[in-house]
Amino acid sequence: MTNMNEAAPSFAATAQASASDGTMAAAKMTVRDLNFHYGEFHALKNIAMDIPEKKVTAIIGPSGCGKSTLLRIFNRIYAIYPKLVASGEIVLDGENILDPKYSLNRLRSKVGMVFQKPVPFPMTIFENVAYGIRHHEKLSRADMEIRVEQALRSAALWDEVKDKLKQSALGLSGGQQQRLCIARGIALKPEVLLLDEPTSALDPIATSRIEQLVEELKNDFTIVIVTHNMQQAARCSDLTAFMYMGELIEFDRTEKIFTKPNKKQTEDYITGRFG
Amino acid sequence: MHASVNPTVSPARQAEAARNARDARNDRVFGWVLKSCALLVLVALLGAAASTLWGGSDAFGTFGWGFLTSDAWDPGNDRYGALVPVMGTVITALIALIIAVPISFGIALFLTEIAPSWLRGPVSSAIELLAGIPSIIYGMWGLFIFAPFVAAHVKPWLMNNFSDTPPDGQISWLVQHVPWIAKFFSSEYPFFGAGVLTAGMVLAIMIIPFISSVMREVFQTVPTRLKESAYALGSSTWEVVWDIVLPYTRSAVIGGVFLGLGRALGETMAVAFVLGNTFKFTPSILETGSSIASTIANQFGEAEGLQKSALMALAFLLFVVTFIVLLIARLMLRQLGNKEGR
Repeated sequence: MTNMNEAAPSFAATAQASASDGTMAAAKMTVRDLNFHYGEFHALKNIAMDIPEKKVTAIIGPSGCGKSTLLRIFNRIYAIYPKLVASGEIVLDGENILDPKYSLNRLRSKVGMVFQKPVPFPMTIFENVAYGIRHHEKLSRADMEIRVEQALRSAALWDEVKDKLKQSALGLSGGQQQRLCIARGIALKPEVLLLDEPTSALDPIATSRIEQLVEELKNDFTIVIVTHNMQQAARCSDLTAFMYMGELIEFDRTEKIFTKPNKKQTEDYITGRFG
Repeated sequence: MHASVNPTVSPARQAEAARNARDARNDRVFGWVLKSCALLVLVALLGAAASTLWGGSDAFGTFGWGFLTSDAWDPGNDRYGALVPVMGTVITALIALIIAVPISFGIALFLTEIAPSWLRGPVSSAIELLAGIPSIIYGMWGLFIFAPFVAAHVKPWLMNNFSDTPPDGQISWLVQHVPWIAKFFSSEYPFFGAGVLTAGMVLAIMIIPFISSVMREVFQTVPTRLKESAYALGSSTWEVVWDIVLPYTRSAVIGGVFLGLGRALGETMAVAFVLGNTFKFTPSILETGSSIASTIANQFGEAEGLQKSALMALAFLLFVVTFIVLLIARLMLRQLGNKEGR
């Protein structure tokens, strides 16, 4: 583990190395030559990285560096807006998800997403979790109840809501709402879970519960988390990618990024000299 | 420090106290002014309702409850009943809603969810222009252009399919099996375009701008992240609209619908042109009829005595109908709120 990526000359080499290294889990998602344009603006430049299976990969960087943009390409949520163009390839289980022929429905059942602010739907707690499942599977009432309970248990929310499944989700606290959104995402049994600054709107206690949850969820899911909180990245990720101005500057084991990064820019950022 | 114990209040303190008293007085006056502005609306409403009731008391006194259930409107014999105008008002407004709500919904959704941004401006302005056309223009257009179109194309088709006196002589399968449906689609004058349905259709065109612009505005208030969350779970645009956008905006959407309904109930000129102004009671939507507002507009000039009182009584009934509609809207909203557990 410790001798990987020694003095890697470039991030691309780093990314390749982490995938080819026998001690590392196999890559779940392989990103190559990824460019993203918003109108005239070149938002992401030649991104290449291997996201390992059942690990937590954190993406950090200053505001506007493109970290959320990158995350939003992984499930093609950007495609609901006009004028956004992604080129290159992102291979998930051997298929390029950027291929227009790749079914959005399938992609979104395989890649779940949780957003910055908790966004429960204006429905009951039960319906919030069942909603997504209904789009992809026909389940009997009893099976649906089991699935919803499983999802709420995995999201460490079951004990708090089991007696009020029929109540509106809007009555939950912010932290509970965010765990409900995670439950909603994992209820589809996705393979990859994208978390876009999932704790930025939460208080410290709710934040630490979500971080614990991330730790547990990585047994079942490949997790990519965007965060502006470097301590969070250091605490709960296995790998960390540092982005700046639309480029992937460095991508390595979290421990290495935070102790002896290869790049000067990474070091400046994690020591708080800019950003 | 004996010098600091001052038996008289310092000038600075006096000025401050005066300032406080003045502020308090000004705020009180400001409060009264605002209160009287709000009261003015209530007074106007109650005054209008009370004066129509007073003006109509002669008719109410003469005919009693029979005024509500009688379909007579006979100035020659001085016999009046409100049934036909009240039914005409309610039915034309309902037809207008049935047509206008789905279309407005489509317009609003197209503009907020689907239309490319360059198209949103022009279409929105066109809708606002439609709202600005005076109702007399709609009435004239309805009488000279739309009613002949209905007589030539819409009415024959409806009668062929749904009435027991079809122009093509063949009674349709539907009417043979469900004969009561023919009651709603019969007409003594198949080639006369004015009537309840025509009036409802013209009203629909008039209220679409109101309903659709309310819907468009409230659809825009749905947070992007709520819609994105639904898309991220694999929803299609239709599912996002139906499952997320509509429930989120439900009360405002219902408010917009009732705004349109209120306007349709009170609309005068357009209806006066295309409704036909007859007082024969019939369930058929292809027959002519009259509404409260059109009856008043057509007759107030030469009305005297009991007829004038009957018109006043009709005006009071329009208040009542509108009030009941608003009440139903309130109750519906409350029920929906209960369902969501709020």
